Amino acid sequence: MSRFTPENLTLAREIIGRYPRPKSALIPLLHLAQEQEGWISEEAMREIAELVGVTPAEVRGTGTFYEMFHFEPIGRYLLNICGTMSCALMGAGDLLHAAEEELGIRAGGTTSDGLITLHRAECQAACTEAPCLQVNYRYRFRVTPDGVRELISELRSGALADEIPPHGTLATVRQHIPADRAVGAVDPDEDTSPPSWVPVSVEGAS
Amino acid sequence: MTVETYPWAPGFVAGDRPKIVTSRFAHEDSHTLERYLATGGYEGLRAALAKSPSEVHEQVRGSTLLGRGGAGFPAGVKWGLTPEGVFPRYLVVNGDESEPGTYKDRLLMERDPHQLIEGCLIACYAAGLSRCFLYIRGEMALAQERVATALNEAYAAGYIGRDILGSGFGVDIVLHWGAGAYVVGEETALIESLEGNRGMPRLKPPFFPAAIGLYGKPTIVNNVETLSNLPFIAANGPEAYTAIGTETSPGTRMVAVSGHVRRPGVYEIVNGTTTFRDLLYGEEFCGGIRDGNDLKAFVPGGGSAPWFLSDQLDLPFEGRQVGAAGSMLGSGAIMVMDSTTDIPAAALTLTRFYAHESCGKCVPCREGGTWLMRVLERVVAGEGTSDDLDLLLEVGQSICPGDMPHASSEALGLDATPFPYKMTTICFVGPSAYVPVHSALTLFRSEFESRVAPARSRTRIPVVAAGGGQ
Repeated sequence: MSRFTPENLTLAREIIGRYPRPKSALIPLLHLAQEQEGWISEEAMREIAELVGVTPAEVRGTGTFYEMFHFEPIGRYLLNICGTMSCALMGAGDLLHAAEEELGIRAGGTTSDGLITLHRAECQAACTEAPCLQVNYRYRFRVTPDGVRELISELRSGALADEIPPHGTLATVRQHIPADRAVGAVDPDEDTSPPSWVPVSVEGAS
Repeated sequence: MTVETYPWAPGFVAGDRPKIVTSRFAHEDSHTLERYLATGGYEGLRAALAKSPSEVHEQVRGSTLLGRGGAGFPAGVKWGLTPEGVFPRYLVVNGDESEPGTYKDRLLMERDPHQLIEGCLIACYAAGLSRCFLYIRGEMALAQERVATALNEAYAAGYIGRDILGSGFGVDIVLHWGAGAYVVGEETALIESLEGNRGMPRLKPPFFPAAIGLYGKPTIVNNVETLSNLPFIAANGPEAYTAIGTETSPGTRMVAVSGHVRRPGVYEIVNGTTTFRDLLYGEEFCGGIRDGNDLKAFVPGGGSAPWFLSDQLDLPFEGRQVGAAGSMLGSGAIMVMDSTTDIPAAALTLTRFYAHESCGKCVPCREGGTWLMRVLERVVAGEGTSDDLDLLLEVGQSICPGDMPHASSEALGLDATPFPYKMTTICFVGPSAYVPVHSALTLFRSEFESRVAPARSRTRIPVVAAGGGQ
């Protein structure tokens, strides 16, 4: 069940083809696996390893470095409350307390119904709109403790199901490079000639 | 004097000032190809393609466009560091904006993605870069979506890909996205991450990926804001660009001002002349400190920057002068603390950030950052002793040996120590964990002393007995 769907497998191959070396596609493919399942399983890592030509240990090695990847199931909604300086100065601590109280869990935990995982996050690049938070990486700005409670009740009631896709989905639009427009990726060690538009008389002549 | 905000660009505040990179933000549909073309879009690319690559490079050199990622290195000079005749060369766009206090790249990607794409194309043409990877921070879902949409539009319209506008110039731009790691903003870590590895900075030398970068090939890493300036420079010439700002800091800069001010916001300011007083107190900017409070301190250039006091308010937003005064402009982010601020707790939020974001490669950062955080945590919790304050400085010295830069203070009778510091780590994450501790302790020591108990008498473990030295 953790294998890529046929559509995602096609997409995975398309993504790999954009890079001069397949391993560069590793992080995008981990995202794709997480989008499909909500988290990243051993099986998914094995499949990615096969696709990019590395060992499963290398996939895990890279993946575990990055915070956004989860190797155990987490909530449908990941609630990240920023606690870095600008948000902290503007009352982020109250938001986290309100969320902990409302959800009955501590930061780092998941509600028993598997709906919401709560994290104390680091700077989310919205410092003037402090305090801020993200739900599955969708922003909420200038949030109050009441706003957090309201948000949680909306997540529970399903009112935001259309607006906020389940955990794992980032952009809902993907890049597609049309085959008739693509220059294409070439192995950097095979083609070392200057690009066509660079005059040879200027570059590399001296 | 007008101040405008737009519901479609939360955080951005416009005013009657020259605009280079935010000129389209007033349009709700500024992210679309249609609006972009209707407002002079891709004219810079057309102008560039009518010239030779070296002429375009000369234009950028002549503009003295300084990198906007934090180090302020001139873009035209950076492009020139690629070894002659070595190909392929790559462009990697650094859109991994994560420095505490900073956001302007996110707005530029969300609100004007075509401007960034056009900038990438101009850079590739001028510096002979044959493939572009646009690395966007993982947590920025909307920016990824807007850039993906813009890339799809631009490919379909013939602005990216093979034989662009019938010129023979052709390059692909590949959208890549990260997965949550501050350190990946360091350019060699960014390259490691793009190669599918853990995002750890590379040993230096080589100092510049322009020599050895992605896949070991010459690679230019430029920041989103830096590249977003190129369409203006290519369309209007370097003179139009240097006519704004000062000789050493031409053009404009995006600056985010957050914290305890009346109107926090991201402003495009004239580079080099706008002072911190203008920014914090000017009616067209932040309009003063909230609730009529006094200013206690501010961070002038992102979480990594040593703190300033009201003594420094009249300095212009200009790299050299700010450096001489003991700090740095960094990524264009000011965080303001008013008189009600708990200084040790504020410092802790930053130290915790950098301790958390350490990649673990260099011991002084991995261990030192965590030590600083833990010691500071117990001081903030009222469980520390006066020994702990010395311990903080001692641990800091193992990350940044020697004099640390700090601001001058008339009240404290303190002269400035200029930037930069020495460091025992490859990148700036480790020192950045110490900077807020050092600034807070130097400028507000009494706030720490009032929270700690007197030093305990400690029994040192006799290492001599185990055969070690003293």
